Amino acid sequence: MKTIFERSVEKRKLSLLPECDVPAVDLEAADRETPLDLPEVSENDISRHFSEMAKSTHGVNDGFYPLGSCTMKYNPKVNDEAASLQGFTNIHPLQPDHTVQGCIGLMKEAEKTLCEITGMDRMTFQPAAGAHGEFTGLLLIKAYHRSRNDLKRNKIIVPDSAHGTNPASAVMAGYEVINIPSKEDGCVDLDALRNVAGDDTAGLMLTNPNTVGLFDKNILEITDIVHKAGGLCYYDGANLNAVIGIVRPGDMGFDCMHINLHKTFSTPHGGGGPGAGPVGCKEFLADFLPGMLPAGEDQLYLKKPQNSIGMMKAYNGNFLILVRAYAYIIMLGREGIPEIAKNAVLNANYLRVMLSGKYVIPYKETCMHEFVMSLEHEKASMDVTAMDVAKALLDYGIHPPTMYFPLIVHEALMVEPTETESKEALDSLIKAFTEIYDKAVEDPEYIKNAPHNTIIERPDEVSAARHPKLRYIPEDN
Amino acid sequence: MGSFIANTDRQQQEMLTAAGYDNFEDLFAHIPDVVKLGRELEIDRGLSEMEVCRKIESLSEKNIVFRHIFRGAGAYDHYIPSIVKEVVSKEEFVTAYTPYQAEVSQGNLQSIFEYQTMMCELTGMDVSNASVYDGATAAAESVFMCKDRKRKSVVISGAVNPAVIDVIRTYCSGRETDINVVPAKNGLTDADAVCAALNSATACLIVQQPNFFGNIEDADRFCRAAHEAGAKFVMSVDPIAMAVLKTPGEYGADIAVGEGQSLGMPLGFGGPYLGFMTTTQKMMRQLPGRIVGQTEDSEGNVCYVLTLQAREQHIRREKASSNICSNEALCALTATVYLSAMGPEGLRQAAELSVNKAHYLQKELEKAGFAPAYPDAEFFKEFVTESPVPPERLMAELEKHGILGGLPLEDGKILWCATEKNTREDIDDLVTLAGEVIC
Repeated sequence: MKTIFERSVEKRKLSLLPECDVPAVDLEAADRETPLDLPEVSENDISRHFSEMAKSTHGVNDGFYPLGSCTMKYNPKVNDEAASLQGFTNIHPLQPDHTVQGCIGLMKEAEKTLCEITGMDRMTFQPAAGAHGEFTGLLLIKAYHRSRNDLKRNKIIVPDSAHGTNPASAVMAGYEVINIPSKEDGCVDLDALRNVAGDDTAGLMLTNPNTVGLFDKNILEITDIVHKAGGLCYYDGANLNAVIGIVRPGDMGFDCMHINLHKTFSTPHGGGGPGAGPVGCKEFLADFLPGMLPAGEDQLYLKKPQNSIGMMKAYNGNFLILVRAYAYIIMLGREGIPEIAKNAVLNANYLRVMLSGKYVIPYKETCMHEFVMSLEHEKASMDVTAMDVAKALLDYGIHPPTMYFPLIVHEALMVEPTETESKEALDSLIKAFTEIYDKAVEDPEYIKNAPHNTIIERPDEVSAARHPKLRYIPEDN
Repeated sequence: MGSFIANTDRQQQEMLTAAGYDNFEDLFAHIPDVVKLGRELEIDRGLSEMEVCRKIESLSEKNIVFRHIFRGAGAYDHYIPSIVKEVVSKEEFVTAYTPYQAEVSQGNLQSIFEYQTMMCELTGMDVSNASVYDGATAAAESVFMCKDRKRKSVVISGAVNPAVIDVIRTYCSGRETDINVVPAKNGLTDADAVCAALNSATACLIVQQPNFFGNIEDADRFCRAAHEAGAKFVMSVDPIAMAVLKTPGEYGADIAVGEGQSLGMPLGFGGPYLGFMTTTQKMMRQLPGRIVGQTEDSEGNVCYVLTLQAREQHIRREKASSNICSNEALCALTATVYLSAMGPEGLRQAAELSVNKAHYLQKELEKAGFAPAYPDAEFFKEFVTESPVPPERLMAELEKHGILGGLPLEDGKILWCATEKNTREDIDDLVTLAGEVIC
């Protein structure tokens, strides 16, 4: 595909802005020296260019997207309609409180509802993504220990099965990361936890269900071990879709957590963002929350908690994402919310059982919203890897599962169907996986060279990293 | 209640049976009862789509939408071309996730590559990432790019947006970082004080252009001083101003960051916005977040992939340059479409119109009794005035006429802003009202 720069024709332009109706000013300040090389195109050029690009982008709307850990559920259009109301889009973030009663009211309602769903007491909407939420939660934990003058707690415990953001967030918050090995079933090894929990433990970061898709039954014991050592427990909300309306992080002993509104609450992923990662906490941490929290009864206002850790982001977080999530929540309501988890778990178990005939699924027990397959056997016997099978799925119009994660399973493919996929879609995935397996037995080279029907073949990632070309440079340069 | 679950009760039962379960209780039987909620959530019953629309509309109607906005302070009311909203609403872009599978994400990847190119062009730098959360977090991430074992302190001009300074402070609060905010002098960075604050422990100096008060900084001196002290020079810039002002690259800055909201995103009560970050070739591998690179496939076709991933959390875990995973991709696409629509001439026009309108507004306000607070500084599209009346009284009067006036500052002054959207007539109306409040 041509880049937008290659479509440029000198002096071509749109007619967007009016003539100047006030005296012109000549600034004395230093001017830009190099000419600004932006594309010169027509509106038609733009429309066709981006339509062509859209056609070579696979979204949830284009087909099944069982990308484990990412909860690629259907994104209802009513969410977008709500977020495009002028009464939200045209509101300046620094308008006085009395002119934004609707925004603050929505924040207040969303906070109340999300706290009930998670078992938390207060919430900040400032974090813009899950990782941003993790960082926020860890700074809350830090503020808590500091407030008690308990300054020796400099370690965060993270299981080796955790999402990569967990240890990275801990480091940003100034903690040393203590990785603990998981048991074979991916659950927390209680003895390993007891061995490291102590008076230098600031906290534990955990997701439950864990990253192999299993619910850790010892959860109360786990959080108890950390609490007894004087640490706090952070819940990584990435997997909340599995338990929403059934189990609440607040009832599992967690003190603070983030929610990925773009996963569990159906706001779209936007090709990588924007998401939103509100952080909820128990009352004893609420005074440390960042940003402006809704307050008041009749006249609402925004207020920064007295001992706030500060500001994680300018203004009020990704507010228009919150509007989308709020639309989704009030549409589903108290009957609809638990149906999410029930059907997410049903869809995953249906796939797990149906695929276990051909493929090795290392964990035999009931999974939650996702499960992990291992292609170790196929790699050994046919030299067909998890990557090969993933690429072969592309030829079926299906986005592959997450590859090579979690790290504790070799040749892993992590499958998360979500609740919004129909039985027909699940059956088509089962059929695709089955055909790929059979083809791999018969002609492994075919699978190793997949995909065959996409607009490009496998890209050369090694040379991309070795000789980085990170911007367009005109050929005549 | 609303639902987006496709499977009927009958299909659900078929699937339960096929998977070896009698019912849903059976499916969740392995979870200990003691952690189960065991009751209904205490939230409202679900609604139909029509009821949802009505409820949210009525909430939005409780906000006051101002017809004329003269407030900026980091979030700007610039014109958004019609094509922008249309393109970024395409479902493929909206519903995809991070382009991990390049073969089915070429459009997404190429659009990021184009975005990176445009941000390099605007700022005059070599390399851009694919975005971070907003301008403030971009500034905070730039600090982490510059810090090392020896250099752990940061010097920030007091003329930087206070919200940005707050976020830098919060981001740095976990790790040993000495933050030295040098108070502004006469609406500008205090050059002598800043130069005196730089030393062998300084990781970077951060200056905003135009600064929080709208004034244009003479960045040459700061860049030289930072480099002489062995520190990096970070410029936080207004992307629209880059159409006319000397760029960070031309000044010799090491990192340029900024808030990209002006590039086609609505005000939206503060988000989602777009944090952009560009840097030199030399510091490329310190950049946080996603970066897209051009390569070839096995057939030799030009294509695009996520690259330099050895910096990132999913590979490096605790050794990553940042924890960022989700970014603001759709906002980056918005900026790409916006900049394509504006083109070099259109962007320059938006910048010049904003400058002209702001200067007209300033002169008229001065005539009405609002003296400029920093008469010696040259400003861009924002400026500060004294206020002969309590600012709140003026704002209340303007509000009655659908006008959002400038931002009252803590010292009783007012920070005004004008863009290409404010017509001469709107400005005259505002000034007339302001004059009446004084009388």
